Amino acid sequence: IVISRDKRDDFEDILEERRNSSDLRYALKCYTPVVYKGISPCKADALTNMVLQSSHLHYVISQVSKETGRAVDDVQDEASAILEEMAQRLQLSTIRFFAFTLSKVFKTLFRSICVNEEGIQRLQQAIQEHPVVLLPSHRSYMDFLLMSYLLYTYDLALPVIAAGMDFMGMKFVGEMLRMSGAFFIRRSFGGDKLYWAVFSEYVKTMLKNGYAPVEFFLEGTRSRTSKSLTPKLGLLNIVMDPFFKGEVFDMSLVPVSISYERILEESLYAREMLGVPKPKESTSGLFKARKVLSQNYGSIHVYFGQPVSLRSLAEGRVNRSQFSLVPRHIPKRPSEEIQNFVNDSAYMLVRAQEENMVLKPWVLLASLLLQNHHQSQAPGQKPGMALDELTERVVWLRDLSRQYGAFLHWPGTSRSADTTPEEELLSRAVIVLSCASYRNQALHVFLRPALLALAIHAAASTKKQEVFYSFSFLRNMFSNEFILVPGATVQDFEEACYLLVKTGALQITQQEVLVTERGHRTIVFLTSMLDPFLQGYQVRATHSWSKSL
Amino acid sequence: MQEIMKWNGWGYSDSRFFFNKKGQAEFTGKRYKLSGLIIPALKDWFESTFGASLQHKTPPILNSSAVHPPTLNETFVEELKSTGIPFSHDAEDRVFRAHGHCLHEIFALREGKFGRVPDMVIWPNCHNDVVKVVELASKHNVCLIPYGGGTSVSSALECPPEETRSIVSLDTSQMNHILWIDEKNLTAHVEAGIVGQDLERLLNESGYCTGHEPDSMEFSSLGGWVATRASGMKKNIYGNIEDLVVHIKMVTPRGVIEKSCQGPRMSTGPDIHHFIMGSEGTLGVVTEVTMKIRPMPEYQKYGSVVFPNFEQGVACLREVARQRCAPASIRLMDNEQFKFGHALKPQVSSIFTSFLDGLKKFYITKFKGFDPNRLCVATLLFEGDRERVLQHEKQVYDIAAKFGGLAAGEDNGQRGYMLTFVIAYLRDLGMDYYVIGESFETSVPWDRVLDICQNVKERIVRECKDKGVQFPPLSTCRVTQTYDAGACVYFYFAFNYRGLSDPVHVYEQVEHAAREEILANGGSLSHHHGVGKLRKEWMRETVSSVGLGMLKSVKDFVDPNNIFGNRNLL
Repeated sequence: IVISRDKRDDFEDILEERRNSSDLRYALKCYTPVVYKGISPCKADALTNMVLQSSHLHYVISQVSKETGRAVDDVQDEASAILEEMAQRLQLSTIRFFAFTLSKVFKTLFRSICVNEEGIQRLQQAIQEHPVVLLPSHRSYMDFLLMSYLLYTYDLALPVIAAGMDFMGMKFVGEMLRMSGAFFIRRSFGGDKLYWAVFSEYVKTMLKNGYAPVEFFLEGTRSRTSKSLTPKLGLLNIVMDPFFKGEVFDMSLVPVSISYERILEESLYAREMLGVPKPKESTSGLFKARKVLSQNYGSIHVYFGQPVSLRSLAEGRVNRSQFSLVPRHIPKRPSEEIQNFVNDSAYMLVRAQEENMVLKPWVLLASLLLQNHHQSQAPGQKPGMALDELTERVVWLRDLSRQYGAFLHWPGTSRSADTTPEEELLSRAVIVLSCASYRNQALHVFLRPALLALAIHAAASTKKQEVFYSFSFLRNMFSNEFILVPGATVQDFEEACYLLVKTGALQITQQEVLVTERGHRTIVFLTSMLDPFLQGYQVRATHSWSKSL
Repeated sequence: MQEIMKWNGWGYSDSRFFFNKKGQAEFTGKRYKLSGLIIPALKDWFESTFGASLQHKTPPILNSSAVHPPTLNETFVEELKSTGIPFSHDAEDRVFRAHGHCLHEIFALREGKFGRVPDMVIWPNCHNDVVKVVELASKHNVCLIPYGGGTSVSSALECPPEETRSIVSLDTSQMNHILWIDEKNLTAHVEAGIVGQDLERLLNESGYCTGHEPDSMEFSSLGGWVATRASGMKKNIYGNIEDLVVHIKMVTPRGVIEKSCQGPRMSTGPDIHHFIMGSEGTLGVVTEVTMKIRPMPEYQKYGSVVFPNFEQGVACLREVARQRCAPASIRLMDNEQFKFGHALKPQVSSIFTSFLDGLKKFYITKFKGFDPNRLCVATLLFEGDRERVLQHEKQVYDIAAKFGGLAAGEDNGQRGYMLTFVIAYLRDLGMDYYVIGESFETSVPWDRVLDICQNVKERIVRECKDKGVQFPPLSTCRVTQTYDAGACVYFYFAFNYRGLSDPVHVYEQVEHAAREEILANGGSLSHHHGVGKLRKEWMRETVSSVGLGMLKSVKDFVDPNNIFGNRNLL
């Protein structure tokens, strides 16, 4: 998948039509999505019955009953209650309600919502062939409403969405979300066997029967920094299980990249990170947040990636006959082979999300301004940068990132950017962090070359071996910070070398890695890109060290 | 036998399908119910299923002169002459015994391509002849390949191309006598070269039967059944070969192996019969077998049930197995096979029957609301005394009704079983028109039956597409046997290979992928076809390294010089 990003689809703005025709008619339009060819149609109630009747759940219930000494009926009731609390109740009328209101809201908030229609067509095809798992990136609360809104718009099957229990706290809104396809899972349920059984069986039942595409966020929670979070594996494990056990022929995993020009929660996130507590999700909070409606949040780009066939992904990596010796309904800890496979797939999918993230000029600007900001902290330096200089640098960076395969969305005329004058410390930090969040959107583009640049900087000599060691060390250190596929050090190193050589920044001989004259600028930029992270780690390390003394 | 059989296709020379001048299919000969009849719907089915056309014909190239001259071991031949056992190194005799009925084997024959073939054929007349031949072969280091009915579908009869010794095909067909019948113990002692239909016919004359009826029983031999662990259609009453065998005599390079008595069950360490059964000609030649026999059934009745869909059908079979009330045979065809069976209906003789057929169809599809593209059929065969058969029948139909099954008459059932015998002839017809195909089988636990059927069929379709097959393939299955803990599933697959440069290679890749899919879905490597050379690569993962080592050490002891060098199984 590496460096396969040259061909990308075009975008279509769906808000344009909304601005020119009736929202009401749109909300009441005839909705006839194509469905999975192997679907066995059923109502939401029938679905919960299937789950409660499943041999898997029966098995776990009797197991729990034996272990705890509780009556089977009692445990059974608990299972029903869990399911009740969890289950979605997708209703077309609610979707129509959202279609109407969201149209209004979106038109106020956003300039455009752009979607790659070819991706939609691929998805439509995929939905008919095999059960589909939708895997959007997660930057905002908006994400899942937006997803359902888009699928409704394009007459595609509406997904059921795994959502955190926090939403349920919001009276009315929680129920509305439930009726638009959300099902709720507790944030942590540790060793609760019964909960796990109900939850996993519920998800698998919906998936296997082709009831609806299942949607969840690989990153588990919203990324507050616009930098992809290392993936959580629980749900991915669950959805892959029916394939491993031969209950479905194949499954399509569809990475979806949602890029916001400006995230609704941007200053909220920055405040959160400075220790201001996250406001609890509540309906009244939502109404208070209405003030966001008066602002302009630019455009959203939603890119539906190439559906990934789980079967091809697992080809030669997973021996499915390992499931032949134990009845399939008896839960078993996944083997190491499976765990590794799921883990690698998760990273691969998050990278696929990253690759199709659309970057706005502002993201590159932020990267440069931040570097400038950090450098100008030194005494005697004047803050800020001349507009000309900035423009020149941005253009340079634009070309560089294009060569690195970034998905840039560059407007025809460049708008001038204002450098904000100093404010009081907190609000300034908020801006810096918001800026950082913009810069982070571009991190994945520069990550591997930047690690190499830093490695060259840190290595004792220009020996290729030394540089690789230092690269490998840094990569390891940052393995929880960025999306770095486990075990792919060599590939990443090669990719970084390739890109830096391609752009003329490096010369690599049999033995040595040399920075060229003209490559200096690139190397400095790349190194600075990781500076804040390095500094962060340094501060943290010094802190822990001094405490432990 | 050789004179009345095809050398490059299935079965009797006088029996074959062809399209007559009007474009209607006909089946020639007099041997089968379908013989001499016109099958009007076959052409349309054939053309619409495969996208094949009667315009595109690929007749076989007849050329048996391209056979390599034999490599003879002169001293062996000299000594053999002195025993008086008949032999031949005529090209036709050798080619006839150089193959089984895998697609690639028949395809090569039709193209006039011969690989390594046996260098000579020997026809021993009795157990002692075999002892002499094996001794001579051991003495002169000659490779022996036992040959029974030649119906193998596992490449078991293929001569290993790397074999440099003289290869001798040991044809058991002359050892075809029933040596005695023991009515007190209900056993018969039979020479292993006897062919299924002869065995049944001869036993029937005395009022008995073995009840062992594999689909190949017209041609396959008792020794072959033992060597491959065969299974018969009516195993629910009579058992599979391992249940039927009481005593086996086998000649090996180490000598003759047999038990000392005919006790019905023994606890004397691992059963040595189980080293013999399934040994696929790698250890020796089975010469005589004592088999259980049963009085011939007083009454036989066919039947059939239509189910709204395959899922319901499988659920019904599972329930029948749970209640242990399976009839002599119960088979469930999927929708594609149901349609295929329909296409093979002979021309109806009267307006009345065709009217009746129409009425039935109307009842099932319109009145009962069955979707003609989803419904499927189970065929049944009941055997026993009349009263019990009728009782049994009611029991099964009652279960079927619980799963939405409707009784669909005796005719449909009987035709289903008749088709079993003629279906192999159809492959030859297909090959005349660019269509190649094959069947393969597996056994699988009950809870996996539906998934395996669906996944393997889909894998076949997917692989064909990926490998560049221009037309959608026929990919269909049926459940042919029920057991307490699972079922036997048969897959049929065929495609039109126009536009492919190496159709057999494509075919083999698809079959390979299908087998991988079977194994990934909890199916076995084989239910009764055996391993041969075709499925050898999966033996280790199937029986574990230790298991394979056990089998190898037996081979090493029994046949250290690899006289039985067909290289099957291990």
